[in-house]
Amino acid sequence: MNALRKADLKAIIISLVVFVVLQALLSTNSLDAFWQLNIILICINIILSVSLNLINGYTGQFSLGHAGFMAIGAYTGAVLSVNFHMPFIVSLITSFVTAAIIGGLIGLPTMRLSGDYLAIATLGLGEIIRIVIMNVNYVGGAAGFMGIPRHTNFAWAFFVMLFVLFFIKNYVNSSYGRACVAIRENEIAAEAMGVNTTKYKVLAFTIGAGFAGVAGCLFAHTFYIIHPSSFTFLASFNYLIMVVMGGMGSITGSIAGAFILTTVSALLSNWPELRMSIYALILIALMFYRPQGLFGNIEITSLPVLKRFKGGKQK
Amino acid sequence: MGIMDQFLQQLINGISLGSIYALIALGYTMVYGIIKLINFAHGDIYMVGAYIGFFCITILHWPVLPALVASMILTGILGMLVERFAYRPLRSAPRISVLITAIGVSFFLEYTMMYFVTPQPRTFPSVLEDAAYHFGPFVVNNQQIMIFAITIILMAILTYIVQYTKVGKAMRAVSFDTETAQLMGINANRIISVTFGIGSALAAAAGVLVGIYYNSIDPLMGIMPGLKAFVAAVLGGIGILPGAAAGGIILGIIEALVSGFISSTFRDAAAFAILILVLLFKPSGLLGKNTNEKV
Repeated sequence: MNALRKADLKAIIISLVVFVVLQALLSTNSLDAFWQLNIILICINIILSVSLNLINGYTGQFSLGHAGFMAIGAYTGAVLSVNFHMPFIVSLITSFVTAAIIGGLIGLPTMRLSGDYLAIATLGLGEIIRIVIMNVNYVGGAAGFMGIPRHTNFAWAFFVMLFVLFFIKNYVNSSYGRACVAIRENEIAAEAMGVNTTKYKVLAFTIGAGFAGVAGCLFAHTFYIIHPSSFTFLASFNYLIMVVMGGMGSITGSIAGAFILTTVSALLSNWPELRMSIYALILIALMFYRPQGLFGNIEITSLPVLKRFKGGKQK
Repeated sequence: MGIMDQFLQQLINGISLGSIYALIALGYTMVYGIIKLINFAHGDIYMVGAYIGFFCITILHWPVLPALVASMILTGILGMLVERFAYRPLRSAPRISVLITAIGVSFFLEYTMMYFVTPQPRTFPSVLEDAAYHFGPFVVNNQQIMIFAITIILMAILTYIVQYTKVGKAMRAVSFDTETAQLMGINANRIISVTFGIGSALAAAAGVLVGIYYNSIDPLMGIMPGLKAFVAAVLGGIGILPGAAAGGIILGIIEALVSGFISSTFRDAAAFAILILVLLFKPSGLLGKNTNEKV
């Protein structure tokens, strides 16, 4: 236990160093506006991919509706900030709660499904959420919700991301996380061993949905405007690709996946069609040559190189 | 126009839209029945089919039927190529890898197409004269008759192939039990390839018909119909051919009624709501048999 705390402490120190370096770069304006925005976007995408990894990677429940929960968080946060003038932290927490409640309500019936059926059902539910939002005039309907204050800065995005990472890391290393992994490996065996599979599946889904809501809230307060078309199932595919690329069941992998893909798409932003074709080819090549993703289900701390330094960087 | 007449009119619109879903759904259900893959790229195959038809009509100035057949053949070959190069190497890989590859293929087709034909929608030339026939209070136009006729003909051909030819028998055998079929001397890879070919050809026909019906095609046109055709396949019972046809028509009718009586913006939501209801209450679909999970 003590060793674990030490590792956590080290991870926090390393993260703070990273933060200070990046913040210094930002405040001295060494990066142009485009990359300043992309650094925030990377943090948001890391939250999304890690929370999706909890559902898809650790619990093995193939969800394709993540963008729907992100939309719920984004709109909740935006309404609270614009119409009720709430402080940002209240918006964030309410986004989490709303998205988690709706995630739980959706999870209860759908978690009875498995495999392809679950994938397509969550995809459908994500789309239903988006279409319903599109038809609510209170939040701007199809035209989008405008005039959201720009509360998200790098510090907010980074520390919320850090909190989510630690939360999910501790969750998957707890007895809850072991139950999730047991369900992923063999649901029937897990049930036979006394794991309440429905409970853990719905719980993972709820937490994942909640954090997607938080990411949505950050997203809404970055861009002034949110639009239902930002939350289609294509966005869900995007986060899924990050998770799969990094490795299902690896937090390090999700960080790497979100970082690499956000950077690649920023670099290729001048050639939108080529960008997606390259994306697609990367995805197919990955499935051919490394279907378990870059990290598989291994964390960076358990890599042999880092084993030599006791503890190492736990991210 | 009374509410009953409006209902019947929407029914006619729904049947022609549903025929298109049915044609796409047949390909979905055949592929799912044989290799248990949700072929996310199927909707994009349909889009490619529409473009091939478009170019045959506008650039080569072919009449509509030869264009339809050419599009079906070329798209069928494309479907076989996709299967050969993207899915066959992963035959023994976990299902999720193949599913993600299918998403990849889908993106690849969409955006490669977009790169070559630009993202702007194109106007499909009107190949039929705009004639409308009045049967009492409701109206049927030329395009609707053509869609319905071609769908019926293609379904009849498909039924003949699947039920009465050697390839069809092999397809049914592989879908029932691939390993045993192979032991009986069936070349499963070839049969899977043929299945992709036939499914893609049907999707291409649907693409050309949609072009004629709505007069507009664009590189992302396949996403929504692809998903809805999957809903149709699930609704009818996935892996069952008559189920896909029935599911497609039912879905088309429900969509037409929702857009006619509630709001056209809720059209897509209705399709997904049906999907979720079917999955929760009768996951094997309307015509499917229940199976028990074994350890």
